[in-house]
Amino acid sequence: MNWISNYVRPRINSIFSRREVPENLWKKCDECGTMLFHRELSENLNVCTSCGHHMALTPRARFEALFDGGVFVEVDVPEPVTDPLHFKDQKKYPDRMKSAQKNTGEKESMLVAEGEIGRTPIIAAGQDFSFMGGSMGMYVGNAIIAAAERAVELKRPLILFSAAGGARMQEGILSLMQMPRTTVAVQMLKEAGLPYIVVLTHPTTGGVTASYAMLGDVQIAEPNALICFAGPRVIEQTIREKLPEGFQRAEYLLDHGMLDRVTPRGDMRDELITIVRMLMGQSPAIKGDLPAPAPQTAPAEEAAKE
Amino acid sequence: MTNYLDFEKPLAEIEGKAEELRALARQNEEMDVEAEAAALDKKADELLRELYRTLTPWRKCQVARHPERPHCKDYIDALFTEYTPLAGDRNFADDHAVMGGLARFNDRPVVVIGHEKGNDTKSRIERNFGMARPEGYRKAIRLMELADKFGLPIVTLVDTPGAYPGKGAEERGQSEAIARSTEKCLQVGVPIVSVIIGEGGSGGAVAFATANKVAMLENSVYSVISPEGCASILWKDAEKMREAAEALRLTADDLKGLGVVDRIISEPMGGAHRDRATTVANVGTAIEAMLQDLSKKKGDRLVAERRKKFLDMGSKGLAA
Ligand SMILES: [Zn+2]
Repeated sequence: MNWISNYVRPRINSIFSRREVPENLWKKCDECGTMLFHRELSENLNVCTSCGHHMALTPRARFEALFDGGVFVEVDVPEPVTDPLHFKDQKKYPDRMKSAQKNTGEKESMLVAEGEIGRTPIIAAGQDFSFMGGSMGMYVGNAIIAAAERAVELKRPLILFSAAGGARMQEGILSLMQMPRTTVAVQMLKEAGLPYIVVLTHPTTGGVTASYAMLGDVQIAEPNALICFAGPRVIEQTIREKLPEGFQRAEYLLDHGMLDRVTPRGDMRDELITIVRMLMGQSPAIKGDLPAPAPQTAPAEEAAKE
Repeated sequence: MTNYLDFEKPLAEIEGKAEELRALARQNEEMDVEAEAAALDKKADELLRELYRTLTPWRKCQVARHPERPHCKDYIDALFTEYTPLAGDRNFADDHAVMGGLARFNDRPVVVIGHEKGNDTKSRIERNFGMARPEGYRKAIRLMELADKFGLPIVTLVDTPGAYPGKGAEERGQSEAIARSTEKCLQVGVPIVSVIIGEGGSGGAVAFATANKVAMLENSVYSVISPEGCASILWKDAEKMREAAEALRLTADDLKGLGVVDRIISEPMGGAHRDRATTVANVGTAIEAMLQDLSKKKGDRLVAERRKKFLDMGSKGLAA
């Protein structure tokens, strides 16, 4: 059976909608100030073509670039209880959720998908910083558990892309309880002998760093990502001294032995394929036997026929 | 001399007056103040009951942080025998914010681990106010491994404002240390029972409280973030801590309702610090009961039940 024929059916969700960005939009790099053509920027995975600054990338955009042909199937995540604490600050929690959903077009702050990268079957989970700061609540816990269970069921590795300001305060103690809950998910993978690879993206902080985001078999970060438990401002207030240059950034953590690698986004896909295939005892990836990533037309046409 | 909390000011005044009267009478033998002083005592007692009957969540935070509240060391001294501290993470240092070692609890050998805040300026600094560094969590991991190897139950006593937000702590992997400690809690094939004796501050607390059974003193708090921190983020005003404490649902009652806590341990009238001996004894009774509940279970079952407990947690919210 042709590998692509397995694929074609469930694509529909992934290919459309998000790519329809008006061509005349420009975005200014917040690092070097260069005005970047929107399309050029998104083709470069939101990495500044001038200075290499890594800007935020939604899980959906990331997965479109990650999976072969931009093709993936979402893994269902059990819906948690809505607003379990009836939390109210200046806004009601359900109202905050609604506006985040409206602004992002996503249901929650984590996306779980299955598919292949370099013909290597994987499960991927991506955290969405644009959705309430990627914060970890019951949904994120459920998503990671669902991802781990699916990985165990299909005997696939799990690759998790973290990005979060920490726990979701509006879920109070239940957000804190996602630390042990997600740790159980990581244990399921370990017991099944399946690789769990964490890619830390900017920023990964608080209870997220102090649980599933630091428990990978291999820990990779994107360049200059802020990765910490306590944020730099909190620390400055506590110790009342200026922090060193690059403190809590990916390269600093690498120097201090807290990471395996710091890898630019453009090289990440190949690196993940290489690592995962070795850990899974698979033959080396054959480069170049695939259609170039993101052959938009083929699956789209197929989908249109249905 | 009692250390009054701000909401106890009216109480302080009444008790102060009674004290003054009695002091006057001691200097002046002709004075008979006892009737008047006794009336003040009665009034103070009523006021204390009234105040503590209706403690708001923010006031509970204050009680939980009271400097005279019994701390980890007090419980270890009173409830455990042959306590033999075991130090160090074998890597970098010994963290004095975390106490731990071998001990006997009602004669059975156990491993006890807890956060210690200290009780005077010197010991508070030495204990870093109960804020552990990575070494503290790594020491705890080592002790849990020891317990697992020799089949000893683990008792943890949680009382921390949170893990220490410091430069060195971050450089040495605070996040990783906390994550591994939580992971270790989930792995050991021996019973783990945990008591939140004061403040259960965020990830620094979870790292010890991922237990088969979790008990909580009536006026303790357990939260994802301090009310002040939550207020400054969500209300943009740290002074809104009362509202934040309310919203966060950090009291023992709420946490029991959510299934996060299994058992509430009652405190004497006026809080643990007003009758430390009774508080310590109540905690001892709860630990014994929890250990007995688990004593017949085999390792695999303990691990499986612990996992299931956390996986299921939060499937129901609070009742409306
Ligand atoms: Zn740039």
